[in-house]
Amino acid sequence: MAEPVLTVSDLATWFHTRDGVVKAVDGADLEIGREEIVTVVGESGSGKSVTALSVMRLIQAPGRIERGRILFDGTDLLALEEAGMRTIRGTRISMIFQNPYASLHPSFRIGDQMTEALVRRGVERVDAVRRSTEMLERIGVDDPVRVMRGFAFEVSAGVCQRVMLAMALMSDPELLIADEPTTNLDAIAQVQILDLIRQMRDEIRMSVLLITHDFGVVSKMADRVVVMYAGRQVESGDAGAVLGEPRHPYTVGLIESVPRPGHAVDRLRQIAGEVPDVIRLPPGCSFRPRCPQALETCGEAPPVVPVGAEHFARCWLFAPRRAA
Amino acid sequence: MTAPPALVEVRRLVKDVVRPDGTALRVVDEVSFGVREGETFGLAGVSGSGKSLIGRMILNLIAPTSGDVLFEGRSVAGLAPSEMQPHRPRMQMVFQNPLASMNPRKTAGSSLELPLLNFGLGGPRERKERIADLLDLVGLSPRHARYYPHEFSGGQCQRLGIARALASRPKFIFLDEPVSALDVSIQAQMLNLLKDLQEKLGLTYLFVANNLNVLYFISDRIAVLDSGRIIEEADTQALFAAPREALTRSLLSAMVLFKGSGPRTVPAPA
Repeated sequence: MAEPVLTVSDLATWFHTRDGVVKAVDGADLEIGREEIVTVVGESGSGKSVTALSVMRLIQAPGRIERGRILFDGTDLLALEEAGMRTIRGTRISMIFQNPYASLHPSFRIGDQMTEALVRRGVERVDAVRRSTEMLERIGVDDPVRVMRGFAFEVSAGVCQRVMLAMALMSDPELLIADEPTTNLDAIAQVQILDLIRQMRDEIRMSVLLITHDFGVVSKMADRVVVMYAGRQVESGDAGAVLGEPRHPYTVGLIESVPRPGHAVDRLRQIAGEVPDVIRLPPGCSFRPRCPQALETCGEAPPVVPVGAEHFARCWLFAPRRAA
Repeated sequence: MTAPPALVEVRRLVKDVVRPDGTALRVVDEVSFGVREGETFGLAGVSGSGKSLIGRMILNLIAPTSGDVLFEGRSVAGLAPSEMQPHRPRMQMVFQNPLASMNPRKTAGSSLELPLLNFGLGGPRERKERIADLLDLVGLSPRHARYYPHEFSGGQCQRLGIARALASRPKFIFLDEPVSALDVSIQAQMLNLLKDLQEKLGLTYLFVANNLNVLYFISDRIAVLDSGRIIEEADTQALFAAPREALTRSLLSAMVLFKGSGPRTVPAPA
């Protein structure tokens, strides 16, 4: 692989709460190649959003990035001054979020919000309006002038997310982080936004970090997949390999628990237990209490083991020591 | 074979809402269907197509503009709350957001006791036993009666929501997106639980979901809504195998289906 645009290594982001230290991310690694779409899949508390916010350096107290390295195009983001980060955040790395209505101010016109960043950067207002209109047109918003004159509540959720995407792409970012961008949208709006992200990836030649909990989205979008559980990745690899031949028991369980048209079943396969509380994780493998294949050794921290070409699982099942 | 009689019969249901400018907007338009006893009837459609509204009109939480709803053969549309009283315990609802649909200041036990008190079901001792039974029925334990909603996980809280709906021994439950707020690994648990309960208690479900994968698994029959109108109604297998309407086809193709083999097939390991 060519030099990655983003390399996260051994990232730990903890939240120091009254109830204890929440190790939301604890030893996460991630690599995104140029023009690659990497999806991070996980359930609530897996640390996928905190990883993304750490990359953007948007972690606030009581949260803190405890250790690790985030290399973006050769720059260590964690070593940057806030002023330096501001030249990257929102321009070279852009982000869109799950709830587009919450991301727009309800009482300012959409157009004013779209042009604000450009105007602040010294672009003439008329040019900023023109560029915003063009960008909305480019991503398939009908009647962009009317949308820009309106307020967030006057447009549908799908259009609202397009506006967010337009704002994020205005600066031709090298990396787009999309955190559950279609979770609140209905099926048709969802597929439109996903197609658009893919199309803009090709046009702008950007990389995409796409966070989701939905394997449908993964199978539609991903070049590579990272599966996270309780603050760490448990499996990663080429999308075809991870979806077609999942190895970690958690990934296997998740994929099997998704209902699939064409496979009429009386009951779904289910993973026992609950998504863990990251304050009180068991020692060793975090998935052990729910794992149908747990071994004696799972009380110790499992190693990351290659289970195929560019395909890794953090699991004792595949460790050479087990065979010995 | 004769079809079993419909437990819920929806007849030409219409709902108009008045816009701020005074014009009326028809959000549910002449919808008719029947839900047979013991089956799961799914409502599919994009947001704003009227799915939840139809369910709420069946329960008479919202009065229809015109049309009728027959429950166990009797008209319930537009009945006053006092007239609804005999029907209410027989028809219940489970909401999308389990935490928001619980009173944060009441324990699980008192949330479960409320419908029992409301419908005059049993004395203090029987209520206590019933609460323990209900918790057990949905896979929680009696000690959970003392918990507050925030002490539950999302999945446990939705189990509580289901237990509350079951408290008055209903025949019919309207499930409004009951799993869409839950984690993936918890969704399967909940869907299985709903099927178990249906078999055990002989329940009839109206199931609203955006996610067609979920509807495929749970529904016997599905109606597809577009702008308040039913455009297609069929047995689940038939609908997925051979959708007739363009919108159904586009819904099905737009659905980001997870196909087992993934987007690219990988060679089997040598």
